[in-house]
Amino acid sequence: MKNTSLNISIENVTKKYDEFYALKDISLDITSGEFMTLLGPSGSGKTTLLMVLAGFTNPDYGSVKFGDEEVILKPPHLRGIGMVFQNYALFPHMTVEQNVGYPQKLRGVSKAEISRTVDEALTTVKLEGLGHRRVDELSGGQRQRVALARAIVFKPKILLMDEPLSALDKKLREEMQIELRQLHDKLNMTTVYVTHDQKEALTMSDRIAVINGGELMQLGSPNEIYEHPQNGFIADFIGESSLLPVKVSKGNVSIGSAKIKVAKQPGKDGDYLLVVRPEKVFLASANKKNDENYFHGELLDSIFQGESQLLVIKLANKLNKEQTLRIRIPNQSVTDKAFPSIGENVTLALKVADSYLVS
Amino acid sequence: MNLISDNVNQKELRRLAAKEGYTFFGLTLPYLVLVIALIAIPVGWLFYLSFIGRDGTLSLENYERMWKSKAYIKIFITTFKISILTTIICAAIGYPLAYFMSQLSKKWANICMVAVLIPFWTSLLVRTYAWLVLLQKKGLVNNILIDAGIISEPLKFVHNTTGTLIGMVHIMLPFLILPLYANMRAIDKDCMKAASSLGATPTRAFWTVFLPLSLPGLLAGLLIVFVLCLGFYVTPAILGGGKVIMAAMKISSNIEMYFNWGAASALGVVLLVVAGIILFIASKLVSVDQLGNR
Repeated sequence: MKNTSLNISIENVTKKYDEFYALKDISLDITSGEFMTLLGPSGSGKTTLLMVLAGFTNPDYGSVKFGDEEVILKPPHLRGIGMVFQNYALFPHMTVEQNVGYPQKLRGVSKAEISRTVDEALTTVKLEGLGHRRVDELSGGQRQRVALARAIVFKPKILLMDEPLSALDKKLREEMQIELRQLHDKLNMTTVYVTHDQKEALTMSDRIAVINGGELMQLGSPNEIYEHPQNGFIADFIGESSLLPVKVSKGNVSIGSAKIKVAKQPGKDGDYLLVVRPEKVFLASANKKNDENYFHGELLDSIFQGESQLLVIKLANKLNKEQTLRIRIPNQSVTDKAFPSIGENVTLALKVADSYLVS
Repeated sequence: MNLISDNVNQKELRRLAAKEGYTFFGLTLPYLVLVIALIAIPVGWLFYLSFIGRDGTLSLENYERMWKSKAYIKIFITTFKISILTTIICAAIGYPLAYFMSQLSKKWANICMVAVLIPFWTSLLVRTYAWLVLLQKKGLVNNILIDAGIISEPLKFVHNTTGTLIGMVHIMLPFLILPLYANMRAIDKDCMKAASSLGATPTRAFWTVFLPLSLPGLLAGLLIVFVLCLGFYVTPAILGGGKVIMAAMKISSNIEMYFNWGAASALGVVLLVVAGIILFIASKLVSVDQLGNR
């Protein structure tokens, strides 16, 4: 069921509630067939932006185009989008079949064709044979699939999803993430996906738009966003990271009294943050190398987490704040590698290539 | 395997469960006594009396009278006509209002709810007499209509069906709005959004999604209003001015004027049975689980 999808172009969309900006001059181009995730903490404006696309919220000004067509003045029912809601929003008085057939019935599709497309959509979401069930007989995961089938049955060119997996338990959620991604690749609809779960965003998206305080903070592929966050907020929000305050003056980067080398020197002097991802730091070996930065500290805590061991280290530099670093050591095959014990002094290493500064 | 009675702490745990049962029974006891003393026994007595004729022997004359006497048939027709009309008018006024309230923010909805409930908290008798004053020949309503030049002669609003309906609708309206509003509030707002995103015009979304989901509340409201109307006494008695005679008024006159307890009881039994049948049909019409899972 391939279909031609549409690109979306959002320009200068602004929405103000009293003195509070829900959306502040957002411009964003989503290419046709792309899986775009709007990622941000709650209250960041990501859902408001999705509601603007769907037509449920009107911005104060700005333009939204589907393809070449301006849709900002169009009511939701004329926008021809498929939408999946956070709490499924299935119609409780209808069976699965009636729910999925609803948009087709509205479009005046013939009975035989409704039945064929409903079966096709149910097969796509792996719910074949459950058409006669009532909605309240289904599990959360099944309901989510029905909601999805209902949103794709009429082959919309654009699919909007508002935290569709947040009500599911972790394991099911992770399965569904991969399934949704595969489904997207198969159907090739332009998909706009809203989530506050950074891992979900990294897993599923072609590109991620990080939104905070109603503003678009960074736009990029999952890899770019993770490896090169544009500021401290994004570095902190995406993935686990410790942010160490550093000073840059005359080309020298120093953390406390110690000098470090970084991958890319910032252009201006000033205060910056060093992004330290826990999987990129490691316990230093005896002989020092030129391409590594070293940190000394005391082991505060050592936590077994199944797939990895998390070590929390209090840094022994001369900073005012008590600064801790987290390091994650993967639990590879059977290792008899002994971890340092709590209270012991340790030396951590971070490759210069992985030493990344944000403002 | 151990004998059941030998299992650890089993006896004590059973005793605990039994004790809990007694506590619940004890808590419901006062109500149980009230129901038996004030409902079961009097209703049984009512049944018994309805089968006693004027001469004090068992007979069906009280029931025979109902379909043989034209006066009785007329009373039943009036009772049903007034009850049905009141229910329909209440629905016509109450549904849009409840819908409007359900779409408001919590704060404004509560203010509206107070406005709906204030008359509900005022004495029935006071409200009925107030309508009598407002609607009479030289009352406020007629005066305004005449001053505005809409009519030249005062309209007859009271001591007839119109007056009875105006008063009854006013008194019954909250009974329809309360369950309907509660039901409408519980409807997931995203359902309407979903319908709209799937291509339904607002009108279509209302008919295919909102209305079906509000039916249980509507039906509950209609039932309460209709059943209450069947046995309504005060308002039709005052605003009908003796010209609109409903079953409850006939019961009263049977006792007060003719001391005919048998006839009065038979009427009471018929009202009770009719109300029971309607409730039964309604419970079949909307099964509890059709209310959905939200």
